[in-house]
Amino acid sequence: MEERYQELDVLIAGGGPAGLAAAVRLWENGIRKILIAEREKHLGGILRQCIHDGFGLTRFRETLSGPEYAGRFIDQVKELQIPYITNASVTHIGGNSEDGTHRVQIVTREGLLEYRAKAVVLAMGCRERTRGALAIPGERPAGVYTAGVAQAYMNLYNRMPAREAVILGSGDIGMIMARRLTLEGAHVQAVFELQPYPSGLNRNIRQCLEDFGIPLYLSHTVTNIHGTKRLEGVTVSEVDRNLRVIPGTEKYWPCDTLILSVGLLPENELSREAGVVLDPKTGGAFVSERFETSVPGIFAAGNVLHVHDLADYVSMEAEDLADAVTEFVTGKELQECRFPVRYDSTVHHVIPQKVSLTRDLHLSFRVTRPFEDCRIEVLQEDKVIAFRKLKKALPAEMFSITVAKEKLISESEPEVRIVW
Amino acid sequence: MSGTERPFDVVIIGAGVVGCALARELSRYQLRIGVLEKNPDVGYETSARNTGVVHGGFAYDIGSLKAKLCVEGNRMMGNLAKELDFPFKRCGKVLVGNTQEDYERLLEVIRQGEACGASNMHMIGEEELKAKIPGVVGKFAMLSENSGIVDPFLFTIALAENAVKNGAEFFFCREVKSIAQEEGMWRIRTAEETFSTRWVINSAGLQCGKISDMLGIRGYRIIYSKDDYIILDKRLGSLVPMPIYTVPSNTYMGIHVSVTTDGNILLGPTAEDSDDPSHYAVAQKNIDGLYKAAMELWPNFSRADYIRTYCGILPKLADENGKIQDFKIEIRDDLAPRAVNLVGIESPGLTASVPIARYAIALMMERESFAEKESFDPVRKGIVRFAECSEEEQAELIRKDPDYGELVCRCNKVTKAEILQAIRSPLHPSTMAAVKFRTRCMMGRCQGGYCQMRVAAMLEEELGIRPEEVNWAREDSPLFFGKVRE
Repeated sequence: MEERYQELDVLIAGGGPAGLAAAVRLWENGIRKILIAEREKHLGGILRQCIHDGFGLTRFRETLSGPEYAGRFIDQVKELQIPYITNASVTHIGGNSEDGTHRVQIVTREGLLEYRAKAVVLAMGCRERTRGALAIPGERPAGVYTAGVAQAYMNLYNRMPAREAVILGSGDIGMIMARRLTLEGAHVQAVFELQPYPSGLNRNIRQCLEDFGIPLYLSHTVTNIHGTKRLEGVTVSEVDRNLRVIPGTEKYWPCDTLILSVGLLPENELSREAGVVLDPKTGGAFVSERFETSVPGIFAAGNVLHVHDLADYVSMEAEDLADAVTEFVTGKELQECRFPVRYDSTVHHVIPQKVSLTRDLHLSFRVTRPFEDCRIEVLQEDKVIAFRKLKKALPAEMFSITVAKEKLISESEPEVRIVW
Repeated sequence: MSGTERPFDVVIIGAGVVGCALARELSRYQLRIGVLEKNPDVGYETSARNTGVVHGGFAYDIGSLKAKLCVEGNRMMGNLAKELDFPFKRCGKVLVGNTQEDYERLLEVIRQGEACGASNMHMIGEEELKAKIPGVVGKFAMLSENSGIVDPFLFTIALAENAVKNGAEFFFCREVKSIAQEEGMWRIRTAEETFSTRWVINSAGLQCGKISDMLGIRGYRIIYSKDDYIILDKRLGSLVPMPIYTVPSNTYMGIHVSVTTDGNILLGPTAEDSDDPSHYAVAQKNIDGLYKAAMELWPNFSRADYIRTYCGILPKLADENGKIQDFKIEIRDDLAPRAVNLVGIESPGLTASVPIARYAIALMMERESFAEKESFDPVRKGIVRFAECSEEEQAELIRKDPDYGELVCRCNKVTKAEILQAIRSPLHPSTMAAVKFRTRCMMGRCQGGYCQMRVAAMLEEELGIRPEEVNWAREDSPLFFGKVRE
């Protein structure tokens, strides 16, 4: 068993792609009094059930499966002997305290553990939006699964959740499950997407739907669920430009399974209890350019902060966070971030929400709708200080742009927009 | 185990809250009691699909059984909750009004309630109302201090478990196909067995009309009143310390904003007549309608707070003009001797369930005396909930049973120990929904997104069943089509 400190420099809540990457970087930076707390029996987070490939191209310059990608970090954690505990659920993170440490409570089979940490890294990831959250009308039979649940049943529990499936939502996990179910002998009739554009990545549309002849219907949604025991069918309707159901377009699709891939929500219940202020746009914390939340000493990165498109960016963001946490716990003052990052209606949200203008500006964001032949622009005082040209910008992708420190105008709030 | 060899003294048809209350109250006597239920668990229909409000008894006609038994049920709920260890809070409830007409109607409700034996009802002004419930819209309210909330699943389960403890036998997945009188005995046929009994009780809820016909008491007209609800995230729960109702009529309570004993907010119900007691679909127009109506009463939520919708159906007894009638609790010696017929047990049936049972037993005892059983034990203990314990108690629970240190459900902080206890509990539940009702696992904001895989695996392992035998709620509602690979 790893050595456990009652007093810690850094407690990392979550052992997925964010938590693991942060831990390794902190260790490399010389921070030793750290602990990763992972609620599952094994490290790796959601990557454990993502047995498809496509991970690692950016971070490791080769294509890996989810477990292989997580394995790279887990091997390092074990090699470096970074302390971690599994089967360990963080149930409480204290906000501000008099001595500046955060009280963290963890439930384990060995008992209720308590730590005092100088810094806490929120790396809890996200959860899936459910049928109930969307309030899809109809009955409540068995056979309605979120894509991640169906994926866990198949890839972690060896259970076959479907024979005749319909998928609502063109999120990446939904499309990946369309392929996975097909490969295992189920029949996936169609994927329906409410928006007039796909919500997942183009590569998944090609590799998971088109290659298997699975149709994708845009501007369609499920408007009724039928069956008292196991699902018997769904009613699908077309929607207009304002996403309103067009009466008379209802069509019944017999099926035994409805897979939902309708969005991910950062899992911030612990953060909220700790007093961390959340951004309603992302569902994650408001953070500074150093990933510090509104509570000093509590940092957040990865999908708990904002939902990413690729796991690589999750880990890389967590590595940046680790550098800031290193400075924080070694007593260096983090620059004050007085300037909010503004954006117009073309941009859905921007991370970070606050910057200091004393460092290179690195902004991650998503667009609100598809654009073609467009430019990402960063402005200060109505002047474009940086831009990037794009053939296409889709809401499914996460974009980033970096502005060198030298180009920044002091004392002026930066703004991001798309022009086309 | 076959229940058919030896005749029963009493067979109860239907294991809703009233059937379970009957089983528990009858288990005080030296009787062999059988309960037949078509579903795999107790309380799958009306009893589990309501607001869980313990009513004060003021909203029913003076002199009615509904009023009398509701007032009795309200009074005894605190003691029952202690005896049977189920969640109950006497939190009070408000009926909010805005107009002069509302005010007068509420005064009338108080007068009516007092005439029915209800107490602790009074008017409060806007200031007091808003101090009690910040964010409520209304100029005044009637406060009923005696009203409360109960966990309807656990109330029903507790009654049933206590009945089992005192010797009652439950038979699940037994739908009654026919009933006949032969040689002074009732013969009740299910798909595979015949149950012989001296007494039979129809507490079939939604199927009360059908069973009444089988008993030979024909002609009751049942209207199915369908209620749709929306459940909101627990995060808002503390903002609604008690149910918020509008001004009621004697047959419809109106759309309300209520709170469960777990702290989830409920918006509902809609109340529409339906001819199908098995059609539990929630309609889009009702979801939209509930949003609008609840916003007028308590505009402090958004659609992002939705975690689930559900539907409940009430069996209402109606006369030939469609007018809703009082509870019918009868023994028709002429048509069906030794048969207790309960018809139209709708709201406030949950509050009144134990008084209903006692009323029915009194009718039986007018005809036959039952000897009391000395060994009757009124006490039942529920599963100790990790989430509700102090840190010291939590540490102690983990020390005694390390499974208490394994959180399976994040949203409601339910541990492996609690889930195992649920699966091993006295009614031998076998479904995912049964575990959910007993533990609150899968009932939170992620709706089982994190925990359901583990619950399914535990059911398979504990019950020794194959993957395709794991059911969601009803018989033949499988989660899986076997394994991905053998």
